[in-house]
Amino acid sequence: MRVLVIEDNRETAQFVQRGLREASHVAEIAEDGEVGLELARAGGYDVLIVDRMLPLRDGLSLIQMLRAEGDRTPVLILSAMSHVDDRVKGLRAGGDDYLTKPFALAELIARVEVLARRRQPEEQATRYVVGDLVLDRLTHKVTRGSESIILQPREFRLLEYLMRNAGQVVTRTMLLENVWDYHFDPQTNVIDVHISRLRGKIDRNFDRPLLHTVRGAGYMMRDGGE
Amino acid sequence: MNRAAPPPPSAARPPRFWDTTSFRAAAVATLALAVSAILVVAFVTRSTNDAMSRATIEALDREGAALNRIYAQGKLDQLTRAIQERIAAGDMHLYRLTDATQRVVAGNLHESPALPAESSGGGTFRYNPQTEGAAAPSRLAAARVFSLANGLTLIVGRDIEQQRSYLAATNRTLGIGIALLALVGLAAGVLLSRHILKRVDAMTAASRSIMAGNLTQRLPRTGTDDELDRLATSLNTMLDRIELLMAGMKEVSDNIAHDLKTPLNRLRNRAEAALADQRGSPAWRAGLEHAIEDADELMKTFNALLLIARLEAGAIDDTMGPVEVAAMVEDLAELYEPAAEEAGLGLTWHNAARAPVHVRANRQLLGQAIANLIENAIKYAAPANGMPLMGTPSAVAVSLALADDHVEITVADRGPGIAEEDRERAIRRFVRLEASRTKPGTGLGLSLVAAVARLHDGMLRLEDNKPGLRAVLSLPMMAAAAGGDAADSEPQQKKDERAWQKARAN
Repeated sequence: MRVLVIEDNRETAQFVQRGLREASHVAEIAEDGEVGLELARAGGYDVLIVDRMLPLRDGLSLIQMLRAEGDRTPVLILSAMSHVDDRVKGLRAGGDDYLTKPFALAELIARVEVLARRRQPEEQATRYVVGDLVLDRLTHKVTRGSESIILQPREFRLLEYLMRNAGQVVTRTMLLENVWDYHFDPQTNVIDVHISRLRGKIDRNFDRPLLHTVRGAGYMMRDGGE
Repeated sequence: MNRAAPPPPSAARPPRFWDTTSFRAAAVATLALAVSAILVVAFVTRSTNDAMSRATIEALDREGAALNRIYAQGKLDQLTRAIQERIAAGDMHLYRLTDATQRVVAGNLHESPALPAESSGGGTFRYNPQTEGAAAPSRLAAARVFSLANGLTLIVGRDIEQQRSYLAATNRTLGIGIALLALVGLAAGVLLSRHILKRVDAMTAASRSIMAGNLTQRLPRTGTDDELDRLATSLNTMLDRIELLMAGMKEVSDNIAHDLKTPLNRLRNRAEAALADQRGSPAWRAGLEHAIEDADELMKTFNALLLIARLEAGAIDDTMGPVEVAAMVEDLAELYEPAAEEAGLGLTWHNAARAPVHVRANRQLLGQAIANLIENAIKYAAPANGMPLMGTPSAVAVSLALADDHVEITVADRGPGIAEEDRERAIRRFVRLEASRTKPGTGLGLSLVAAVARLHDGMLRLEDNKPGLRAVLSLPMMAAAAGGDAADSEPQQKKDERAWQKARAN
């Protein structure tokens, strides 16, 4: 995957670049808004990571420019501001996701990977399959092997999100944002408890676990591996 | 008790004109004027009355003396003739001549007048004029009594009814005049105070808007440079200064936030990068992990502080929209229910509202506020060992109820609660009550909720749940008609434009 990091703070940019490389992605850096816009226009990136405050051209204007030109490359906005309306403004300007500094590298990479994958024409799957676990979005039925699993509506949505992003790390904040639509940091382990309940339903009585905890990052649906 | 939302200065009752200084001043002036007018009129009336009475008495004395002279020169016949002639002349005089046996010899006054005292030589009395047939109303008269020779007594009187009624008419006229004066004076006072009140109301409205965070607003001036204008001018100058200071403060706090967050960020990144190297010993790794956790905790405190500061500045108006609060609270209750159970608590949800309840709110902020209340309840009410105490079902009760035009979201727990004298303090920033010092948290939870409540024109109340704490978040409901998309009537393009400009300004 090729990522363009448009960030004027060199240290942050290199930190992100190093992290992405370790996750076996290619990352390039642009240090101001104009260079960033030029590189992005040249194309070929799977995801753009754009800082909100940039010299020469600010991040939101850069995104608006690209969107006006018909460029649909997914954009992750980085911001030092945790203003409540910043997220709204960023997403309105055409950003696809929003991350407040400071962020955990794992969080950033998980989000970038999910964004990049979503770019591929979203197959309007009616069924998600991971191993022998099947989720049918039309009938709202979940089965594992020959066994039918009864889920609460919220548990269904949680599993749906995890399975849609199977093979990707999904962080707790991503779950809170996408399954519950809240953007604040809960103080307690609220998400973990929901996951462990879900796990009790889909994994407990089976040999092979499908819902894995990724230490220091989040969770992942995956068949196989340890 | 509630610091979270002090009622607006005069929300209870709008000021009325009779409460104003200007009206009171006008009323006092009118009263003084009326009293002095009454005194002057009383004095004039009295002097006039006296002068007229004196003139009457003199005239009666002259008349008596003249008749006495006639009697002295002639005989009784001449006197009676003279009296009859005078009566026939039809003037206003009254006569009564009696002899020693009290027999009336001559005169038109047939009844003996009830004079105060014979010896005084005269006085006033009422009499019935002798008109043919009908009895006329009695009239007032003044009379003098003269003792003539041979035991004759002559009473000479004059009808003063006209004088009396003239005086009464004068008094009435003056009374009406004074009443009119008072009326006009009070009306002027009312108009004056209405006028001033209107200006003061405009100033009050402006200052409320400023208090609500609209620091660019200024008090209105009429341009007449009167004392209210001068007051407005100096207050406006003060506001200019405050705005400047606030802008400076905001810049400083934004800078501090940025300057402190950047190195904190770096610290966190370095620790994380170091962790990526798998060679470290478990102890080193644990240290790094703790450093990251601490950095995150610091950052959370930081963000909460900045958020409260922004909320108190009231600067996020354009992200407010209609929110269905019953579904939202249910959502959050459901989100926290497993976590509560994990902590050894039950979490119940009760919705007393029959229909959807809409409030105008920022969904994220309101969600965070309610989540804070639930987290607080779980944190403080959880049994120490994670197991419910025997026989005491510890529960967090989340409920929603309607009270007039407000919706009340209540989170009640069965924990230690907060003593009444500490409740106000608990809402302040960084205050964690002694009993809870050992629990983790930023100490900003309740003050953030209070700030969010204020931003939404609501309030946070802390009450006794006997035992435990009942936190009630009260928010004004949207009018049923405005429950739809009313708040989103602004064209999207315009909103975007503004957001963009704001972003550029950053």
